[in-house]
Amino acid sequence: MPMKCLNCEKPATFHITELTGEQPQELHLCEECARSYLMQAEDKSDAGAPTLAGVLAQQLKLGQTAQELAKLDQRACPVCGITFYEFRQQGRLGCPHDYVSFEKELEPLLVNIHGDHAHVGKRPKRVAQSTDRRTELIRLRREMEKAVAKEDYERASQLRDQIRAFEEKEEGH
Amino acid sequence: MNLDELAERCGEWLKGSGPESDIVMSSRIRLARNLADYPFIRRCTEQDRAKILRTLRDRILNSQELPNVSYVDVAALAPVDRQFLVERQLISRELSESEGSRGVLIDAEEKFSVMINEEDHVRIQVMSSGLALQSAWEQINRIDDLIEQKVTYAFHERLGYLTACPTNVGTGMRVSVMLHLPALVITKQIDKVFRSLQKISLAVRGLYGEGSQAMGDFYQISNQITLGRREDELIRQVSEVVPVMIDYERRAREFLIKQSQKDLHDRVSRAYGILCTAQTISSEETMMLLSSVRMGVNLGLIEDVAIPTINQLFIHTQPAHLQKIRGMELDTADRNVERAHYLQRQLRPRKADDGTEKN
Repeated sequence: MPMKCLNCEKPATFHITELTGEQPQELHLCEECARSYLMQAEDKSDAGAPTLAGVLAQQLKLGQTAQELAKLDQRACPVCGITFYEFRQQGRLGCPHDYVSFEKELEPLLVNIHGDHAHVGKRPKRVAQSTDRRTELIRLRREMEKAVAKEDYERASQLRDQIRAFEEKEEGH
Repeated sequence: MNLDELAERCGEWLKGSGPESDIVMSSRIRLARNLADYPFIRRCTEQDRAKILRTLRDRILNSQELPNVSYVDVAALAPVDRQFLVERQLISRELSESEGSRGVLIDAEEKFSVMINEEDHVRIQVMSSGLALQSAWEQINRIDDLIEQKVTYAFHERLGYLTACPTNVGTGMRVSVMLHLPALVITKQIDKVFRSLQKISLAVRGLYGEGSQAMGDFYQISNQITLGRREDELIRQVSEVVPVMIDYERRAREFLIKQSQKDLHDRVSRAYGILCTAQTISSEETMMLLSSVRMGVNLGLIEDVAIPTINQLFIHTQPAHLQKIRGMELDTADRNVERAHYLQRQLRPRKADDGTEKN
């Protein structure tokens, strides 16, 4: 039997995950009630410029169940270790590689903020391809810190040599 | 850099000399950049921050093409000195209030500053008097190139310059003009004007940027979007709206004069009178009265004071500036007295030694 709308007797066709409370909450609504619910949410957020958190919450409300969201929240960037949940909470990314790690999730957010998804302005004069190789340094340094914290000094010194070699090669070029 | 000396002087952008400077106080552009081989600031260890700071500071201080730049270690400053740099618009509140290694490089004429370890690793800003966005862009573009010669910026083929907050990605550029709009405030048209600016995705903020109240009827207008448009397009978008705002403000002033020149003249003269004679005065009241006087001078209703003096007073009467100029810490009540005395010294016609009045 199809689920009924929370507010009326019509079948619930919209499944909204509300993120503004402490726990994600699922709401099952018919089209009409969903529309008025979302409109009301929009009015409540200050009429000024949309905040990043607001835009993000609005965007995630649609088309994700609480389970899908919980899973997404746990995903972490392999380079800096930030989880999507942490980004969502702080509104700040952890490293340049996050734009690759969370590309799919960030895309609609960027379109929402900027109305576009591709840069057309200035480019660095030096070769830009080296950015990806450079993010490898972020990962190596983080791994070294972990090794030091675990008192695995052998591994830490291996990593330190690797980092040095990497830095020297980059500076030479 | 000696901050006490800086306190006595006045930045190039306050001189009131550029085009349209009766209404456009200043133009500024900032670029956000990050190094490719470090995490963004929030995930940096203190060691990372120290290394980033050293790399960028040395890069800029050693550049032959950027002479007359001084470095200030913000983490080592006393709170009053940090507040002083915020009032001066050389650093942001975020840089002042955060923790860990951070600093700023300041041009001797205060035409530009480079913040290190703010929300992004690098925040370059160029400031100039009046409406002068094109020259500001040429200057900031050059500084950006000079820094980039020795470091690798985080850059993505499709997304452009990568920033800690997705709202700055792409060009990493914020173009802004600071407008003085007292007549639009008096005639209550200001909200209407701002709503129409927001519709074309321009942001409006107060004197000290994000989240700050509009003080002294100053408003900053800047681009909201940073991705998908070229730098010159972003500059054009802000530039195009400025003449419209100037026109609105001029018409509101004409309306006030037409309605009653005597009332307007009375209003600005009283403001001037209070500033010249008060014995104790708050920062808010000072800003409000200075705003009236500034408009009065621009309309030729007040003749014995010059615009650069007024511009400077907006900054120099703020709490940290007063304390720096006085050379000691002052509580609110003492500051209000000191502010009143400072205003008198700057505004009242001084008697020369031979007894003749000079101004």
